[in-house]
Amino acid sequence: MKGGLLLKGEVLLKKVGVLLDKGGVLAKGVVLVVGLYLFLKFILPLFTAPLPANLIFLYLTLAVAGIVIFATISGESTEEFFGPIVRFLSGEGQTGPMKITRLLVLVLFPLLVGWQTYASAVPSDMPPAESRTIHPAPPGEFVGLSNPIPNTPENVMMGKGLFAAFCSPCHGANFDGKGPAARGFDPPPANFVDPGTIAQLQESYLYWRIKKGGVGLPVEGMPWKSAMPRWELELPDEWVWKIIMGEYDGAHQKPRTWE
Amino acid sequence: MTYHGKHRERRAGLWRRRAWSVAALIFLTGLLGIPLLGLAQDAAGTAATVAYRDIPQLGGSRNIIWVIAQQHLLLAGFVLGVPIFAWVCEIVGVRTGDKRYDKLAKEFTKLLTSAYATTALFGGILLFMLLGFYPKLMAYLTDIFFPSFVVYCALFLLETVTLYLYWYGWDVMQGGGKKGLHLFLGLLLNVFAFFIMIVPNSWATFQASPVVVAEGSALARAWAATWNPTWWPVNVHRLIANVVLGGFICGAYAGMRYLSANTHEERVHYDWMGYVGNFIGVFGMLPLPFAGYWLMREVYQYNQQMGITLMGGFLSWLFILQAFLIGVLFLGANYYFWLGITHRIEGSEVKYRRPIMAMLVILLLCLGVWMTPHSLVASLEEARKMGGTHHPLLGVFGVMSAKMTVVNIMILVTFMSFIIYWRAGKQVTATWAKVAQKVMGGVLGLAAIVVIVLGVWGYFVPAIVRINYFSVAQVLIVLFVLVTITPLTGLLMKSARTTTEMIWGRMPPRAGYALVLNAVMVILLMTLMGYARSSSRVHWHIYGVMRDSSQYAYSPALGYAAAFMSLNTFVFCLLVAFIFWVATMGDKAKAGEPGTKKKLPAGAYPAMAGGSPTLDQREG
Repeated sequence: MKGGLLLKGEVLLKKVGVLLDKGGVLAKGVVLVVGLYLFLKFILPLFTAPLPANLIFLYLTLAVAGIVIFATISGESTEEFFGPIVRFLSGEGQTGPMKITRLLVLVLFPLLVGWQTYASAVPSDMPPAESRTIHPAPPGEFVGLSNPIPNTPENVMMGKGLFAAFCSPCHGANFDGKGPAARGFDPPPANFVDPGTIAQLQESYLYWRIKKGGVGLPVEGMPWKSAMPRWELELPDEWVWKIIMGEYDGAHQKPRTWE
Repeated sequence: MTYHGKHRERRAGLWRRRAWSVAALIFLTGLLGIPLLGLAQDAAGTAATVAYRDIPQLGGSRNIIWVIAQQHLLLAGFVLGVPIFAWVCEIVGVRTGDKRYDKLAKEFTKLLTSAYATTALFGGILLFMLLGFYPKLMAYLTDIFFPSFVVYCALFLLETVTLYLYWYGWDVMQGGGKKGLHLFLGLLLNVFAFFIMIVPNSWATFQASPVVVAEGSALARAWAATWNPTWWPVNVHRLIANVVLGGFICGAYAGMRYLSANTHEERVHYDWMGYVGNFIGVFGMLPLPFAGYWLMREVYQYNQQMGITLMGGFLSWLFILQAFLIGVLFLGANYYFWLGITHRIEGSEVKYRRPIMAMLVILLLCLGVWMTPHSLVASLEEARKMGGTHHPLLGVFGVMSAKMTVVNIMILVTFMSFIIYWRAGKQVTATWAKVAQKVMGGVLGLAAIVVIVLGVWGYFVPAIVRINYFSVAQVLIVLFVLVTITPLTGLLMKSARTTTEMIWGRMPPRAGYALVLNAVMVILLMTLMGYARSSSRVHWHIYGVMRDSSQYAYSPALGYAAAFMSLNTFVFCLLVAFIFWVATMGDKAKAGEPGTKKKLPAGAYPAMAGGSPTLDQREG
């Protein structure tokens, strides 16, 4: 039974191979682009979060560019690639279903472009795509500050304790942004274990963000979508610096320094 | 005597009348001048109080300065890049005895005279505009940099004299042992050009990373301000970028001439010229990302705020655009090499099809990583599904560790494209060829593996370790590959047997368009990064020292800025086309009757109109 299925699969693959060979560079290119689209859109989300549409578009554009580049490396492959397109569009010697297909394409393509234009221009109740700056530049008074608290095991421990008390409900006991309250926030709290977050920043940056919170974000950080409280109203500076120390230690990251 | 006396009287009378006339004229001028003096006094009085002037009818002072400064900078890049390009070509011509290089060098030096004047013209306009629009800022800068203004003027004089000697003495200094002197003049020209570049660089970089010394002599203050943290990184970055610009503009010129070539000889010449331009452009481009990385590192170290504004803040999207433009440039340059392999070397298409496909796939994968932003543009729904704007899987591509790795791999691939092109159609005969090839393959493979390992490892070490050691190591590894494989291949090729002769003039029209595209990409890149550098100062004329208090103290939106970048690119292309047209006008007149177009042989067309070598042969 198994052997029979394998045999059928082999035959199918061979048939596809023959068809692709017949279709030449153009057919292979089309199959590749469609395959890539299906992979990015439907298969990848089975293992991770879905990709935004513009990223899929970017990767497909790269794939199309690559196919055109490869197909036009030589005169023969250029003809093999563009020849069928030109022949199909010019309609030379076409009869029957091919002629109808061509007509359909010539009618449907402008309609598709028109629909796309309409869809992108028509007012929608959907919020626009976000291009929020995640790491806006800190104000001048917060630049170049260094942690005044000595990095001793006691201070780190105290920092972790303060983190557990004030920060972990959102940022998580494991510093991974998965605290019990995290699910209530959109966007979610930052994941400090991710090497793309606090590991890229200096301690003074964190000091600014903790002290001023979401409401202290500058204009370029708009829309101000951060539920981070303004901790300067609740915590003394010394505690803030200790929390930073505990945060880096707990997330197994090191702050950006120049020494 | 009587006659003499009368004559003297007549002359005296004449002089008296003339003297009266002159006195009356002076008086009249004086009368007319009084209000001017008043105006001048008024102006002097207001100069101290007026900080800004504007011409809103012409788009506003900032936009005017934007266009003029960018044009001046692009032209300056061209004027400083071309002498390097020409001098290198001249040296190659002397070393190889190939007259084509000398001809090429001369052809491009000829452009310098008109390009030099145009650059100076835009420099003058820029200066007047800056003095008019920003009197307070310019007074401050003059106060600090006056000694270097004087040095700049002196350098300009030296550069002009050297340029005239270099250009007008070209034919005279060809023989009789004078070629060495001509080469020396070329070297001097480039040395002066380098200093002409770095002096104004100090003014611009001072605005971004000022070092202000309140005490000391004028010279000491100017020197301290000149030697600011970003001065040398910008100097090195611009020097290399100028070579790239010169190379790719040469390529674009050759591409255009190739597309419009009517004869086989023209096709052969411009095909070869396009190759040389692309080659110099690509070799300049290989170390350019390293210089850019150094510059950004210095910016970050100088001021975290400025660094974040550029790389993580509102200007960070410019770096995604930059990735796109450099990506197209890498693809364009490689594509041109690959077209050269398949079209100039008969029968090589089958042999090199697979390696080309492998290189293309690697380039595209690298480009995909480079262009993936850290924070993705997503709709609310998409962001919710991702759990934020960072994708859990692809978010790792957004940081510098990934970007540096793929840039290094792309450089390695581009270098390999060139090596394959160099070796195509030749068979190595040296006895040690097999060992050398294995060594080269090993070096390349090992280098690629180490670059990737360091890139992945970079995620697990503190940022400073990655910046100071891993990234530097990646760069050094790639440079090691370049300096090992190039001479080894050179040695191998010396004794190699040519199996298939390279035939020039057989490239398809798309090769010409690829060359033009590369030049446009480089210009767009320069306008993009010009905007980034300038905007990183945000609302400061001189960062942290003199605040911009004009009505234009805001950063333009990216779309608005992109429109200006495109405008500047377009205007610069027009200017370069004009310079080429003016400079080659004389040659065209010499080649044929002025005003009449050269008649094409029946059936022959320029490449852009579908002409081909096959048609030429048929006609021949």
